[in-house]
Amino acid sequence: MNRLDYNLVVIGGGPAGLAAAYEAKEEGVEDILIIERDFELGGILQQCIHNGFGLHEFKEELTGPEYADRFIKMVVEKKIDVKLNTMVLEVTDDKRVYAVNKDDGMLEIQAQAVILAMGCRERTREAINIPGTRPAGVMTAGTAQRYVNMEGYLPGKEVVILGSGDIGLIMARRMHLEGAEVEAVLELLPYSGGLPRNIVQCLDDFEIPLKLSHTVVEIHGKERLEGITVAQVDDNLKPIKETEEYIKCDTLLLSVGLIPENELSEEAGVKLDNKTGGPLVNENRETNIPGIFACGNVLHVHDLVDYVTQESRIAGKSAAKYIIGNVDRRKEEINLTAGENVSYIVPQKLEIKDNERKRVDLYMRGSKPMEQVKVVISAGGEEIMSLKERHVEPAEMLVKPLPQNFIKDLADGSEVRVDIVREGEDDE
Amino acid sequence: MSKEERLTCINCPLGCKVDLIIEEGEIVEMSGNKCPRGKEYIINEFKYPTRILPTTVRVKGGKLPLVPVKTAQPIPKERLEDAMKILAQVEVEAPVKLGDIVVEDILNTGVNVVTTRNLAIKECIND
Repeated sequence: MNRLDYNLVVIGGGPAGLAAAYEAKEEGVEDILIIERDFELGGILQQCIHNGFGLHEFKEELTGPEYADRFIKMVVEKKIDVKLNTMVLEVTDDKRVYAVNKDDGMLEIQAQAVILAMGCRERTREAINIPGTRPAGVMTAGTAQRYVNMEGYLPGKEVVILGSGDIGLIMARRMHLEGAEVEAVLELLPYSGGLPRNIVQCLDDFEIPLKLSHTVVEIHGKERLEGITVAQVDDNLKPIKETEEYIKCDTLLLSVGLIPENELSEEAGVKLDNKTGGPLVNENRETNIPGIFACGNVLHVHDLVDYVTQESRIAGKSAAKYIIGNVDRRKEEINLTAGENVSYIVPQKLEIKDNERKRVDLYMRGSKPMEQVKVVISAGGEEIMSLKERHVEPAEMLVKPLPQNFIKDLADGSEVRVDIVREGEDDE
Repeated sequence: MSKEERLTCINCPLGCKVDLIIEEGEIVEMSGNKCPRGKEYIINEFKYPTRILPTTVRVKGGKLPLVPVKTAQPIPKERLEDAMKILAQVEVEAPVKLGDIVVEDILNTGVNVVTTRNLAIKECIND
């Protein structure tokens, strides 16, 4: 077995891993290795050929590969080591990373710090239990995206898409433009989780019907998908028998959610948040194991890559501080609690003493669509901040700053709570 | 003779549904937009809807069989499908550099179609 030593090992060469590695290098970490299982860097951005990336980060609208290219260039210029086509098999709690590839065989890499940046995976047919036969032609939207945009295959000619999140909408347009007939996009909920922009430019532009409150109740076909039965659902999301209809199609694309990919993290002993599906982290994006950090979609699923970049910079910078030995911790951490109408907050705890920082940004999601609300941050039952928000949507991340002025006065072991309340209502 | 049309504003995630009353191809009344930016967008979208077209073209001898491309500027919405037909005929040769022009002045729109990534030559069969 080949043995290597690095200051920092970054697992995953997508947008999270790239930004984290670059930032750590900027902060003075010498030896950094990025491990990537694909044949190139860039991660999922390479198959997201549509535009709309980078509006926050670069103030211009880039395609996925263009966004990736900017960070790949930065990493290459910094001469950060990269191992491609390399699969990480195990990460231990004392920061040894086991990986394998064709050239090196087995690798054992001892790191001082590890950044987890493995991204997320799509939920599959099995995850949502659609009844029926098991023919070819049923796949996730992301799989189809890779086939169409990178590998040169069109997965089918008559397509139905289940799920109206942005990936589902983008694939509806893509399949249509490549000559397939997109029969419909189905959405279980009474509203789409996709941006209005994508509803207009991916569906309305091509007169692709969006069927809200609809789902697939049966899959038909032996070798190849022949059709699906769809039905409207009631308020409890249960299919209504009388509304069943048959749609002939040879392809069903599933865009039904993403799950952070944390097998490696769990095996290392990293504790997960069952709300985000990602590690529980402090404001440095450090997990319960000191020196193991997480950022990007492995930590929680983001809607914008720009936010992934911001978060990964925090992880990279913090890993550098950890390696240099410049981290001052509280005796007891402060818990951040997701209160009323908040589904989660990242980070989940505050642990670091740092009077140089101006604030800690809290990334959160509302649990339902709401208008004219206040985001109320309180500590020990007392309101410390109240921020107006015109519109809250579960699909859209909210970022709220918690100033260091407040943080420094918080007692060890105390609790900070965030609630979203309608304007005019008391937060009691 | 006036007619009605409904457009969705895409400026922000609110996605206001904006109702228009049209007379002789001109907007005479607009309602439903919650801000002036929305008004401006809707006027443009009604008169001259344009889109950036991201798609792919074939590559000979590349690490991948396709390279992603986009129109460098937006083109008229009704020309998207025609542009796809032209791009279906295009094949470029590897290596490709990000920003290479694959079609100049597509459909006389004055807009070039450019690649959006680098793509190296395929080194060997096993690669």
